[in-house]
This record gives sequence, C-alpha cells and structure tokens, in this order.
Amino acid sequence: MIVATETRVGEAGHSGPEIRSDLHVRIAPRDHDGIEITLESRVKTYYGESIRRQAEEVLEALGIRHAVVEIHDEGALPFVIAARLEAAVRRAGLGEGTRVLPEQIALPEPSSRDRLRRSRLYLPGSEPKYFINAGLHGADAFILDLEDSVHPREKDAARLLVRNALRTVDFAHCERMVRINQLPLGFEDLIEIVPESPDLILIPKVEESNQITEVASRIADVKADYGITRPIWLMPILESALGIENAFAIAKASEKVVALTIGLEDYTADLGVVKTSTGAESLYARQRIVNAARAAGVQAIDSVFGDVADLDGLRTWGSNSRALGFEGMGCVHPSQIAVIHEAFAPTSAELERAKKMVAAYDDAQSKGLGVVSLGSKMIDAPVVQRALRLIARASAMGLVM
Amino acid sequence: MPTLEKTELVANAAGRMVPEVVNGRIETPFMGIGKYQPVGGKASPPIRTAADYAADGDKRVPDLETALRKCGLRDGMVLSSHHHLRDGDRVAMMALHAAAKIGVKGLTWFPSASFPSQQGAIELMKSGVIDHIEGSMNGPLGDYCTQGKMHGMGVLRSHGGRWQAIQDGEVHIDTAVIAAPSSDPFGNCDGSHGQSACGSLGFALADSIYADHVIVVTDNMVPFPCVPWQIQGNNVDYVVEVDSIGDPARIVSGTTQMTRSPDRLRIAEFVARFLRDAGIMRNGFSFQAGAGGIALAFVSYLKQMMKQAGVRARFVRGGSTKYLVEMLEEGLTDYILDGQTFDLEGVRSLATNPRHVATSPFTSYNYHGKENFASMIDAVVLGATEVDINFNANVVTHSDGRLLHGIGGWQNCLASRCTILAVPSFRDRIPVLVDEVTTLCGLGELIDVVATERGIAINPRRQDLIDAVKGSKLPIRSLREIKEEVERICGGKPRRPKRTDRPVAVVKWVDGTVLDTVWQVS
Repeated sequence: MIVATETRVGEAGHSGPEIRSDLHVRIAPRDHDGIEITLESRVKTYYGESIRRQAEEVLEALGIRHAVVEIHDEGALPFVIAARLEAAVRRAGLGEGTRVLPEQIALPEPSSRDRLRRSRLYLPGSEPKYFINAGLHGADAFILDLEDSVHPREKDAARLLVRNALRTVDFAHCERMVRINQLPLGFEDLIEIVPESPDLILIPKVEESNQITEVASRIADVKADYGITRPIWLMPILESALGIENAFAIAKASEKVVALTIGLEDYTADLGVVKTSTGAESLYARQRIVNAARAAGVQAIDSVFGDVADLDGLRTWGSNSRALGFEGMGCVHPSQIAVIHEAFAPTSAELERAKKMVAAYDDAQSKGLGVVSLGSKMIDAPVVQRALRLIARASAMGLVM
Repeated sequence: MPTLEKTELVANAAGRMVPEVVNGRIETPFMGIGKYQPVGGKASPPIRTAADYAADGDKRVPDLETALRKCGLRDGMVLSSHHHLRDGDRVAMMALHAAAKIGVKGLTWFPSASFPSQQGAIELMKSGVIDHIEGSMNGPLGDYCTQGKMHGMGVLRSHGGRWQAIQDGEVHIDTAVIAAPSSDPFGNCDGSHGQSACGSLGFALADSIYADHVIVVTDNMVPFPCVPWQIQGNNVDYVVEVDSIGDPARIVSGTTQMTRSPDRLRIAEFVARFLRDAGIMRNGFSFQAGAGGIALAFVSYLKQMMKQAGVRARFVRGGSTKYLVEMLEEGLTDYILDGQTFDLEGVRSLATNPRHVATSPFTSYNYHGKENFASMIDAVVLGATEVDINFNANVVTHSDGRLLHGIGGWQNCLASRCTILAVPSFRDRIPVLVDEVTTLCGLGELIDVVATERGIAINPRRQDLIDAVKGSKLPIRSLREIKEEVERICGGKPRRPKRTDRPVAVVKWVDGTVLDTVWQVS
C-alpha cells in the first residue's frame, strides 16, 4: 500500500479556451479525508458524472486514497483522461509501478516487411486532438511522435498518452508507428510503448549500427516479457553526416529494419548549409540512402516537405523523390497525403509499358527465344524484374484492376 | 420577475409539445408539411398621400429620437431592425436607445437576427424598454432568454418565415429602422456603396413595404437619386444621417477563410464528390452553400470537379463570398443570386457585375407566395447542431438547451431537391448524431443526406439518391452505424440535460405554425 507521506503536487495536461480534446489535472495528495474532486468541463452536462467516475477509478487503481483533485476538462476522450490522471499521479511521486490501461480494442493485422509506405503522417505525441480522427485520412501510416514535437518537460506524459492511444484509438488501415526519443531516453519510451504492439518504431538521429542492435534487443526483451510475437519493425532516421556515411551498416544492423529515412533539418544543420526547396544540398545524402537501402534490401523513405500550403512544391518534390528511388515520404498535414500518393504512383504510361514488357517477355519465353525486344529496346531479365515490381506496386496502390 | 403567461401545451403533428398561445396571440401548432392552408388577405399598411410629405422629396430629420417621435412610437409597439451589417451593426442599438430616451416601454424588438454586439439589449429588457425579442438570439441574449429572464416569449423564425409573418399580418411592424450604407434624402437605399458597404439589403425589404412607418439611417448621404435603389424611398417616412452605421471590420470579412481542419475538409470533399457521383453536378445545375468553413471548402472542391468535368452551373445561391465570385468570373456559373454578402469580394462583385444579383427573402424563401427559389435549387449544403437517426435536425440550440444560432435561411433551404447536412459526427466529446434532437427545426422527411467525416448517410426515403451513388467510392453508411461508432469513441451516450417545463421561446415552421418549443434551462 502506498501512503502519501509528503504532499507533492502533480499536474498534467492542458486546458484553456484554445485547447480541445485535452484536460488539465492537478492532484494534491493528503494524508486523510479521502478523494475530493472538483470538475470544470465544457461537456459537464453530458459527461460530468462519467468523468468523475473515471477519475475515481483511475485514482483507486493507482492506490491514491486521499487527495484534492482539480480537473479542467476541454472535452477530452476517456483514453486522454486516463493518461493525464496517471501522469499527474506519477508526477506527484505516487503510483509507481502501476499502469492504468484503458480497455484495448482489437489489434489490426500485423504489418508486413514490404508493405506500402508512401505516406506517414506525423502526430505530435502531446496533442490528443490530432489522434482521434487520424486514421480517416488514408495515409499508409501515422507516427505518434515522442521526439521533436514534444517539449522536454512533456516526455513522460506524452508517453502515457501515446500508449493509451495505441490501445484504444481505431486507426483504420494505417500502419501504427511511434517515433521514440533520441537514445538513451528512447529506451524509456520502449518500456511503455512496446507492450502495445506498435507496428514500427522510428529511431531518430542514428549514427552507428550498434544503436540499432541495442534497440532491437531491448524491444525483443520487452516483447518476451509480454509474450508478444507479432513483428515490430524498425526505421532508423539518419540525420547527420556520420549517419549517412554509415547508412549501409545501419540498414543491415538488424533483420527488423525495413526502411531507412532521412531527417533533413538536422542533416543540413550538421552540414552547416541552408535547406532549400529544391534540396540540392542534400542530394548526395538522399542518393546515398537510396543506394544503401537497396543494397540492404530495405525501403528508402524520404523526409517531410514542411510547407503545408505549397501543394505544387510538394508534388514536384515527391516526383523527384520517386525518380531518385524513394518509395515514400513523411507528411505533416493530411492535405499532403493525396498529393504524395499521386507523386509516388507509377504513371499510366509507365504501367502500360511495364505490362507490354512482361507480355513480350512471357511470349518470347513460351517461344523459346533468348533475346526479347520491345520496339527498338532489348529486354533482359533485370528489366523485366523492374517491370514486375512496378506492376506489383501499382497493384498494391489499387491502380491495377 | 418575469411573468410568462400560463399557457396550455399541445402536441403538434411532429409530436412536439408547443404552447397554444404565444405573447397573447393564439397560434396554430404545426400540422405537417404543406398541410396548413392560409386564408384571407395579406397585411396592408395605411394609405399615405404625397400631400403630407415635402414636395422636394427631402425627408431628413436631425436625429433618431425626432424620427421615432414623429413615427408615434408608443409603449408596447413593434420596432424592427436588420442584420445586413451583421456583428458590425450600430443602428439597431441606436434605435433602441433612442426609444429608451423618449421614454417608451414594453417594445417588441423584431430584428431579422441579433448579434453578440447587441447584448446591450439585455439592459433594455431589464429596464423594461424591451419586453421581448422576436428574432434569433445567441450568446448572452440567448442565455438571457433560455434562463427564463425575458418578459415575453421569444419567437424564432427563418428568413422566409419572417417575411411570411409580416406579410400575413402575424407581426405588425409599427416602426422599421433600416441601416443604409447609401441613401438619398428621399430614402432610396443601396447596400453596395459607401464606407459601410455590406452588399444586399434584402432582409429589410418586407419591413419597408409593410411597416406603418419606415426610418432610414445612413452614414453616406448622396444627392437624389441613390442608384441602384434596393429599398424604394416611396416607402420611407424619415431619413436620419449619422457618423457611422457600423464597424466595417465586423460588417464583412476582408477575406472569408475556409476551414483548415482536416476533418472538416474531408466532409467538404465528401459533399462535393457526392454531388458529382450522384449526377447532380451537371450542366445547368444549381446549388447553395453558406459562408461556414465547411461550405467554403465544399465550394472550392466542387469548383475543381466542375472544371475537370467541364460543367457550368446556371446559378448559385449565396451567402456570397470570394469563392462564389471566382466561380462567376471564371464562367463556372451564369449567375449568383445573393441573399447576403459576406466578404469584400462579394460586395465588389455585387456592385459591379450585372450577373451578381441581390435577392430578398420574398424571392428566395417566402413559403406563402407563388413558390420561391429555394425549391428550385438542385442541392443545398447546410450545417446543424444535432441530427437524429430519422434525419430530424436542430440548428438553434446546443444539446444543453441553450440558444446557439438563428434559423437563418436554413428551414427554407430544406425545400431544395437535395438537402445535405455537412456536420462533424461529434464536437469535442459531444455527439452531433443523437437519439432525439433537443429542438426540432427541420423534419427528416426534408433532409436527404448527412455527410460526416466518418461517412455519408442517405435518407432511406431517397432510394433514387441511394441508387445514383451505387458504384461510387464514397463511404456510404447508415446514420445509426455512424452514431453508434461515435458513442463508442465518446465513451457512451451523453447524459441528457435536465430542463424545466416552462417555455421561453418557440420555433416557427416556414408556414407560421409552431414546430417546437425552447424550454427554460435548469
């Protein structure tokens, strides 16, 4: 039994007229007189009793018997309420070693090594309002981000929020990714996140292959503790000159690595150059990533395009990116998703040509001919392989009937 | 202490309990759509003679107090005003304060809509100058009404219903005060020019025709003639010149902005795709959309689709904004028929483009006329605060019973060939899809489609629309299914708020019958 010996106040979450789908909790533990909850909420008429009941249940589960609890709610959903209460209790130095896990919805099918990863939507890990409908917008994946979009003081609370979101939010057909913090803080994230079976972990600022082996082994440990057998894939983010130099070794460091990606803000900063919209300054690094990824048999995924208003710029960037050999990129707003999918889709002319090549090759094979040509061009096995890959990819995108 | 009269409640044809008597007047409970048959003649203002007006046509008086005195404003009369200057309007409060100054009490204030900047009316209700408001109320005025503090009962009407009530003699306007961005001394008014330009003055037209007395207030006096005249000076008694009729920043937006919310953009795109996939978007079609964030984004998506398909509309109905103006100027529609003008581009276009035409609630909406434009529109996109699984909808109250919005043209627009409600399935944690609406404003039999971010529901009555979108990639779902999903997300059904059984306002249907009651909140 935990007894509040010193009264340290714990606070978590956000409230205010501009805040939506979040709440602020302040817990002042005391030695007697039980739990006293004051509640202000814009949904008090409808869910006031429900919020009180949930608060009492969470506090009881965390072993809190006596405390003054102030809640300012801005229409938060139950999984957010639970996470904020737990964070406040932990910040009060209580509830150690106990998790209050909201009821879990059915897990989607496990993700596969080579699934489509054209678009991945970044969701700041401390902004629950973006989680709720994230699955509706048709991205191939979303990333619950614990790293750069979360303030250093909010890391502990964001971790609980992301954990609860993975348990309770229906993200439809999206691959469920989490970006952990730079190591070693990222190891703490894994302890809370891995039990909820995310499909993929993004590891930021990777420079050496041993960072990947370390993460892979920590994940394997937690999975073993919880009896999790489904795969949790890895996507290292290379964000420095050294990381780029070690790209191939990083990609080969674990069989769980399915893709390499690049963080251009940090990379250009490391180089001491200005990031431009054409990306000339990072061309070498991006090509190096594509080459290393291909050599290691994993996907090469491009960075994000930060200007949300410039969809034409995004389209150009995406087309160039695909031409370089990338298979997808990140997005920071749902409006970018459709543009990215378009940019990374084979054109109908490419698709037609690929189909003709395969047909001509099959035809030649059935006739026992060694050399095949289409128009003036000779078709050999690698060309056919590329054509088959393109058709398979187009088929996965729903472009082939 | 307010003393609302005791009145019997009866169940109307929609099953809602409504008072039989409202502010001393016997009312007809809603009888069903198209069931109420009006009889008799229209209201008529008294005959005037040119002998009583100056031959030089100069009707100017020094100030509003003088004008109101000359109109013979007395205790208990009806004073009307309009909302074409929206939240920037200064004239309504000027008129009410002038009435207070000359010592008049117990007025019925009859605005075409009230706005937050007019919350000073609360003080005038407390001091007895105003007895009650017949017109939309929201914000502090709405709270004052739903807390049961207003002396008389509120009456909420659609824009078309307001015309109907005036025309049918249900509301007799003693004195109308019309804010005019431009006027001449004779009283011809125009809304498209002057420092307070707002576009159309259509909301004031009925008052100018039917009121006993009409006062025009302007901050841009021009020599006769003021053209084009949207209000005819021949209906005007007095003209008052003031420094400013309104705050330009709050009359029209510099630029109206469409929503950036991904969920709302998704709803807007669904609606546009629905019009395309259902075959409603075709050469010569028509649509109406307002100035809300979803509606603006809808127009933007539809515009791209029309360009792609090479489709041109015959007319669009506004609420005009820069988005509709762009469509007009790019040849994607032949006409804009404009009920009110929301931004500077709309004002400019209305003033300069002969294909951008000002309309009034008479042409657009009045149900007691020889039809109106609303039923000729192929599709209309509207909002709502609540929708139930039978497609009945609420647009005036929040789920806690507080007044939130006016009806506007919403009820009138339900006559469209395809009525689409574009709504998020929940706001914060509050479901928009509910078991029963708090206040019934529109019947499900007139509402064809509900588009949410989680899918589109088509009213089972509209098998033609269901068939039309077969094969479309749109996520067509049942309203019940979406509602149950939302209840899961929100952590169960919301508790229904307690209310008293004391009526504080009624919602009229477009034919003047009483559709529902707004109750005092507890």
